[in-house]
Amino acid sequence: MYKGKRIVAFAVVFCAVVLMPFWANAFGASASSGPEVSTDTPAINQMDEKQCVAETEYMKGSHMQLLDQWRTDVVRNGSREYTSDSGQVYEKSLDGTCLGCHSNKEEFCDACHDYAGVDLYCWDCHDGSAS
Amino acid sequence: MMGAALGAAGLGALSGCSPTEGASGRAGGGVEGRHWGFVVDVEKFNRVADMDKIRSVCAKAYNIPSIDDPKEEIKWIWEEPFEDSFAEMDEAYLADAVKDSDVPVLCNHCEEPPCVRVCPTQATFKRKDGIVEMDYHRCIGCRFCMAACPYGARSLNFSDPVKHLDHVNPDFPTRTRGVVEKCTLCSDRIDRGEMPLCAEASNGSILFGDLNDPDSDVRRALAQSFSIRRRASLGTGPSVYYVLKGVEEHA
Repeated sequence: MYKGKRIVAFAVVFCAVVLMPFWANAFGASASSGPEVSTDTPAINQMDEKQCVAETEYMKGSHMQLLDQWRTDVVRNGSREYTSDSGQVYEKSLDGTCLGCHSNKEEFCDACHDYAGVDLYCWDCHDGSAS
Repeated sequence: MMGAALGAAGLGALSGCSPTEGASGRAGGGVEGRHWGFVVDVEKFNRVADMDKIRSVCAKAYNIPSIDDPKEEIKWIWEEPFEDSFAEMDEAYLADAVKDSDVPVLCNHCEEPPCVRVCPTQATFKRKDGIVEMDYHRCIGCRFCMAACPYGARSLNFSDPVKHLDHVNPDFPTRTRGVVEKCTLCSDRIDRGEMPLCAEASNGSILFGDLNDPDSDVRRALAQSFSIRRRASLGTGPSVYYVLKGVEEHA
């Protein structure tokens, strides 16, 4: 092969560079293990049965829709009570209900929002750190 | 697959919420048929009420910043001399006691609110119980409402209001720069069955009640006294009435 050694050498280097991300992902240190979200707050630790206003899976994916609906209900329709699937009644309040339990903004809200790369301004007005 | 599962879970979880508009009969909030309003006994107010106390309970509860610059100050309820608050009653020999008295003024929660008519985003709207309410999320700070309000009852946050707060009440959201705000008639307290804070702190000089109910305190006071409203000739239908004599005996 004409200049065979060089071709093979560069082919190996090329493959190594192209495959590096896959290599890093397969054997590297937990590159895509997802955000570390903590529910370790005084209010949650006090609960006998750790339960949110809806299923964890739903809250993970669609809490923004729920909050948007709550906002419309409270501000525009004057409906302030939310009955969860389990029958428990909650106040539709970001400050009171949500941030009352999830008082660890950095470890809970920010952890996931930073990971997902979303930049929110909820806390400009709803000051979770105060509660 | 995953998305479909989440979607189905989403519908289930949202079933506890009321419909957004229309069908529920509560669109716009508040109880249909009510018309909340105030009756201020001006003489009694000047005698027994402490305006600083009223303003401070209001400011503490609703995170109203205290800014001295009159161009930037945020006003929900404040005092205005009689002459200024009732400029159209410019009578030549008005009694000094009346002329010099201070009148508490606030958003009049009009029946035909001009601020609601001009708001391009429907950030300000009228509830079914007559309260003119604001949705701060929707306000774009255009200030049309400030131009439309004949009572100067609306204020724009020209700077970050949180900087002007000593203490933030976590139970009520603060506002941001570029958002207009005004008195909410304590709509959140009314929804919980409580009295507006200014009426509660006024030592009985500000009566609160349902103007549609002939047996309410406010209607009885109005039935037995001479009452005036600020600039009612404009057709805004203010819900705040002022009586100059008589409420105290009949309330």
